[in-house]
Amino acid sequence: MTAPLPVRPAGEPADRVPADATPRQKPPSRLLAPLRETGKLFALAAAVTRAIFRRPFQVREFIEQFWFVASVTILPAALVSIPFGAVIALQVGSLTEQLGAQSFTGGASVLAVIQQASPLIVALLISGAAGSAICADLGSRKIREELDAMEVMGVSPIQRLVVPRVLATMLVAVLLNGLVSVVGTLGGYFFNVIMQGGTPGAYLASFSALAQLPDLYIGEFKALVFGFIAGIVAAYRGLNPRGGPKGVGDAVNQSVVITFMLLFFVNMVLTAIYLQIVPAKGS
Amino acid sequence: MGIEVVVEGLTKSFGKQNIWQDVSLTLPAGEVSVMLGPSGTGKTVFLKSIIGLLKPEQGRVLINGVDMVNSPEREIMETRKLFGLMFQDGALFGSMSLFDNIAFPLREHTRKKESEIRRIVMERIDIVGLLGAEEKLPGEISGGMRKRAGLARALVLDPQIILCDEPDSGLDPVRTAYLSQLLIDLNAQIDATMLIVTHNLDIAATVPDNMGMLFCRNLVTFGPREVLLTSDMPVVSQFLAGRREGPIGMSEEKDAATLAAEQLNGTGPGAGPRSVVPQLEPSPGMPVRQGALRRRERVMSMMGQLPQAARTAILNSYTPAPGGGRL
Repeated sequence: MTAPLPVRPAGEPADRVPADATPRQKPPSRLLAPLRETGKLFALAAAVTRAIFRRPFQVREFIEQFWFVASVTILPAALVSIPFGAVIALQVGSLTEQLGAQSFTGGASVLAVIQQASPLIVALLISGAAGSAICADLGSRKIREELDAMEVMGVSPIQRLVVPRVLATMLVAVLLNGLVSVVGTLGGYFFNVIMQGGTPGAYLASFSALAQLPDLYIGEFKALVFGFIAGIVAAYRGLNPRGGPKGVGDAVNQSVVITFMLLFFVNMVLTAIYLQIVPAKGS
Repeated sequence: MGIEVVVEGLTKSFGKQNIWQDVSLTLPAGEVSVMLGPSGTGKTVFLKSIIGLLKPEQGRVLINGVDMVNSPEREIMETRKLFGLMFQDGALFGSMSLFDNIAFPLREHTRKKESEIRRIVMERIDIVGLLGAEEKLPGEISGGMRKRAGLARALVLDPQIILCDEPDSGLDPVRTAYLSQLLIDLNAQIDATMLIVTHNLDIAATVPDNMGMLFCRNLVTFGPREVLLTSDMPVVSQFLAGRREGPIGMSEEKDAATLAAEQLNGTGPGAGPRSVVPQLEPSPGMPVRQGALRRRERVMSMMGQLPQAARTAILNSYTPAPGGGRL
């Protein structure tokens, strides 16, 4: 019933490991820390994927989050995509003019917008606007012990909070990608035809000469993957903030930076694979 | 009736720092237990380990055959529905009103109709005295109200095991006294096993059936309240008297040299019998505490192993009718 009273002998360090304790594992090496973080990120991605199919699905939370993510991204996305489409159209236009292939300006710029510019604009907005908000939200809930409280009540925060957010970012990314593609193409058309004096007919006709449907599919697929990655990274950094409100701020910052780097890398990989397996039109 | 919680050989460290080691105790079903300890001895960590939020490196916590440390996550999640945990600062969801906060477990885990949820939630809000504040957000009310709302939320699923993390912090003495009475009344009504982590001496003296104390990375002792209240172990008596003289120092523990100097100067622990304050009884109109009746039998059967002072105190306390039976 009563253990002998422990009194610390003089002069020994406070955090001495008791001699009779069983040997613990070696302290983890610092070199492997990045690997450990990566592993945890993938573990969270796996857990979220599994939880997506587990009942009950949080419909209400999903709709709220979807609405929130959509409302913070739609307007900036549309506004960014107009000059983006214009820049591409102007650049490609002047290049094709030098090469004497003006009739292909439309096709070239629409390919660039749909395959590259549009998913990247979506990626920037989803991670910058939606991901940072999700990360800050989860992070502040974590440090206020709200997530612990939820878990104590037998409700998994992953299923209750993370899954609806990740699905919302994925769906918004796909839809937003459509919007950005359309607005970007329209912007390119406007600048080419009005500013550079291109012919509307040639611009439109070259679409079908160079572009094909799989180009649109890969754009949407990229957006889907980018939405997933942005949601997962934001959730991961939000669920593991280090120490207090400042930790949440740092976590938001890191989540945006990590997402950017990951998205550009994944974009490169996906583009390389796509160009290998889908033959260019007419070849 | 509550569920027994068996803790066996629990050891927890954060990195190199050992929090406590080899903690073994049994929270008897339906009884109220208090875990004492100076600030920073890992009381909250102990609470979180019992419910499986933190994973100790060694040992087991058995509840209904489920080990909260090593069992699969699914079983742990299921077992957690038996728990009600009152967090130190309430841990309410900041974006929901008090009503939605308290209704949260019902909406997540039951298929009750909204009208029934409303009835249950209002009943709990009434118990903790928050009627009229149910539409407020957690940010708009005082710390004490947040705490009481946290308690209401912990109670809403009729838990078998209630864990309270420092129920008194941030409450004035009067509210603390009301809360103590509330906890005892709750125990009489739903017969749940309760564990209260605190360093409030009033709660420690009047509420529990059993008491334990964590100090210096060890469970110093755990047993019937009289054992601790009459104990002459320096740590326990220092803590319960709130003295500076004794093994507990400002930074957790004093070293042996300071302790020896203290004894030389004659300021060592003043030995002297302390009186055992009678335990709180349920309010009039409440049922008899089944836990107290069971405890009486349990304590009587272990009488032989208890120290003399504790035995006397127990016998004294059992001369009137036990368990609040007002005859």
